[in-house]
Amino acid sequence: MTTQRLYKPRISVLWWLSRRSYTLFVLRELSSLFVGWAVVYLLLLIRAVAGGPVAYQRFLHWSASPWAIVLNVVTAAFLLYHTVTFINLTPQAMVVQVRGRRVPPRLLLGPLYLAWLVVSAVLVWLVVG
Amino acid sequence: MAQRGRDTPEPFVWLLFSGGGMVAALVLPALLILLGVVVPLGLLGAPDHAHLLAVLRFPLTRLTLLAVCFLCLVHAAHRFRYTLQDGLKLTRFDGAIATVCYSAALLGSAAAAYLLFVSL
Repeated sequence: MTTQRLYKPRISVLWWLSRRSYTLFVLRELSSLFVGWAVVYLLLLIRAVAGGPVAYQRFLHWSASPWAIVLNVVTAAFLLYHTVTFINLTPQAMVVQVRGRRVPPRLLLGPLYLAWLVVSAVLVWLVVG
Repeated sequence: MAQRGRDTPEPFVWLLFSGGGMVAALVLPALLILLGVVVPLGLLGAPDHAHLLAVLRFPLTRLTLLAVCFLCLVHAAHRFRYTLQDGLKLTRFDGAIATVCYSAALLGSAAAAYLLFVSL
């Protein structure tokens, strides 16, 4: 019996910095942290609104602090990156057929971006009043 | 690596991941940019407290927000689970990582349910 020698390539933990496409991939994956933070931030706002006008004012004051704004600007950038990558990927994950023919992926992007626009407009209208 | 077969919850989790990803894509940017950047910077006056309270107390708003929170958190948990595994080469800890990620998502959803249906 010969001893088995398995080939195990060494990969650095920072493998994703070696190529631009890898880095973009990992940044896209990291958007999950900012999706989580966005939900937490909105829940903190809801808690403040439920706590009454004084608690709401305190939240507004806190949300205007420099570090909160910086964090939320970075979060906004990651959320937009998530939206664009997720919408662009959808036609590849979801094959739509009409009369036995596949609808070209590009044709599906229009309605998706339109849906984003409509949902955003409704949300802004609901919040601003 | 989780076992591949019919008796794993993986397909269901992937379904929630896609649904949550789409909800997060459509809903979160507008809300966060408006309430986390535009209003705090003073570019737009803060919404009236009474108005926000009225909108949030509307039953459909509560239900929708709970669904949005749950789906977005499960999406984030699922994605972060694989980021840790692939990005940091921690595949051998899959069970522990998955448990922590999904537990955090469920805890967040429970907090959302409490805030939306008890506190408000």
